[in-house]
Amino acid sequence: MEDKSRYEGYWKANIRLIMILLAIWAFVSYVCGILLAPMLNNITLGQIPLGFWFAQQGSMITFVILIFVYAKLMDGIDKEYDVNE
Amino acid sequence: MSVEVWTYLLVGLSFAGYIYIGYMNRVKDTKGFYVAGQGVPAIANGAATAADWMSAASFISMAGIIAFLGYDGAIYLMGWTGGYVLLALLLAPYLRKFGQYTVPDFVGDRYYSQTARAIAALAAVFISFTYVAGQMRGVGIVFSRYLQVEIWLGVVIGMIIVAFFAVLGGMKGITWTQVAQYAVLILAYLVPAFALAFIITGIPVPQLALTFGDIIPRLEGLQTELGFSSYINSNRAMIDVLAITIALMAGTAGLPHVIVRFYTVPSVRAARYSAGWALLFIALLYTTAPSLAAFAKLNLIETLNGVSADAVQTAPELSWARSWETTGLLTFEDKNGDGAYIMAADDTNEVTIDRDIIVLATPEVAGLAAPIIAIVAAGGLAAALSTASGLLLVISSSLSHDIYYRLLKPTASESERLIVGRLVIFGAILVAGYFGINPPGFVAEVVAFAFGLAAASFFPLILLGIFDKRTNNTGAVAGMIVGLVFTTIMIVGQRSVQLLGTPEPMIGPFMGITAQGIGTVGMILNFVIAFVVSRATEAPPQEIQDMVESVRIPRGAGAASSH
Repeated sequence: MEDKSRYEGYWKANIRLIMILLAIWAFVSYVCGILLAPMLNNITLGQIPLGFWFAQQGSMITFVILIFVYAKLMDGIDKEYDVNE
Repeated sequence: MSVEVWTYLLVGLSFAGYIYIGYMNRVKDTKGFYVAGQGVPAIANGAATAADWMSAASFISMAGIIAFLGYDGAIYLMGWTGGYVLLALLLAPYLRKFGQYTVPDFVGDRYYSQTARAIAALAAVFISFTYVAGQMRGVGIVFSRYLQVEIWLGVVIGMIIVAFFAVLGGMKGITWTQVAQYAVLILAYLVPAFALAFIITGIPVPQLALTFGDIIPRLEGLQTELGFSSYINSNRAMIDVLAITIALMAGTAGLPHVIVRFYTVPSVRAARYSAGWALLFIALLYTTAPSLAAFAKLNLIETLNGVSADAVQTAPELSWARSWETTGLLTFEDKNGDGAYIMAADDTNEVTIDRDIIVLATPEVAGLAAPIIAIVAAGGLAAALSTASGLLLVISSSLSHDIYYRLLKPTASESERLIVGRLVIFGAILVAGYFGINPPGFVAEVVAFAFGLAAASFFPLILLGIFDKRTNNTGAVAGMIVGLVFTTIMIVGQRSVQLLGTPEPMIGPFMGITAQGIGTVGMILNFVIAFVVSRATEAPPQEIQDMVESVRIPRGAGAASSH
């Protein structure tokens, strides 16, 4: 029974982290890279329009960071709930 | 030494390397053959996944597509990378915990249905064959352009190399060869891109050169001047851009040859990091591609617009234009007879550039040294061979493991299964080679189909299998059928001109969404129906619910794999 509540807590912590990271994932790609791109194109980053930068550079760089952040934080959560390998 | 001698040397050396690695990693059991003994370190699996993922099309055509689409090229950039976030957060760690060998293994066990297992295995075979034909064709084309051998002979040479390490080494041989192939292909992509970025902007890093150099403003100015569409703004409906991006992301996460790579690592933790390495390695090429696209386009327009016909025929610095003209991928036509070629958006245009030239010709256009030009050929071959071998393994495992062993003959012995696996992969190489030499005319249409299919079937099926304990056999099958049937009808209807030969498309865009993005709608339908039907029918048996509990917990992944 104690195992069961520990597993439930672990799963909730995992889902919460996934939700936060997927919100960032959707924001940089769908929102900044597509929906708001025409508006963000009025701002320039270096020499290129910001919406274009998000679509062709920024979103991909963020994706890589998101996966490593997930892996790193899950190391901690795995240990905290004692389910690590 | 000439470019041709360098090309023979570099291609020969890389092929010798693949054969050596394949021989060193030959296997003796099915676990080695299907999942490389589950002993591949996270970073090596990341490199293998990246090589597996980046095909001849990514290597040769990606930058060209972006150069011609401008902003809209982002659908492929974001679509084909964003899927790895879904994979890392939602699928890979749990499938690794589940263990076993294939995607149909999970579908069949989780939904306690041999029918679901069989449908999944056939879908995996269909998706993989669609892809592999294009890869073998890519091998043939690179051989014929760089080494002046016939396309069929190029395909046969490629088949022999793949057969050697895939039949002997299975997944283990393929994985370690892919690691080497990744090194070759990324070097071949980055070296010319760095050189070009430095020549054009004085900034050697392509990603920084794109952002902080003046390429994009200059290119946008030229495009407007010549009457071409905008490079920095979208030229499609926003809803379509959104739907296509989502479909490519979910499709990427649902492709069996990508998922199965995460069965080869030793632990759940390694599966997570491995996805990160894979995307980092992929992003190295994908973030370089937009820079290469913009540099190459600017370079081509500035070099060729208004060039005199005399110069094209005689100037030494334009010798590359003459050699590409003979391939038919670059054509000049002096329509107004003024002795010069101009570029324009309408039919007064006198210079036609095939998009596949962008990556292959740019090193020559920029006047780079012979070894750098030659390494591009080795890189293109590495990209095509690595993707082909990954796909062939999925075909082999679906037919020999899922269909032969799990469905037809569960009593087959270990050695019998290994022999069948080897025979099937050999047979698949022959079939793929045949399609490489005689390509079906609608390959491009079928690739859109593969992503739509994966997005509307595998992705929701696996996601619900892990995250919703209540999804049962009936709900899953109902959702999958509706998703697949809807997506198939929509794609075939919208592309009926190419697929069925009708004079007009039978179905127009669905709420502004075209065939490439329709998988998104199919996926949503699948989710909704699976969810609702599962709740209206009986819950899955207790042992299935326990299994779902167990895949959610990382501990014990090593033990889970030995059954």
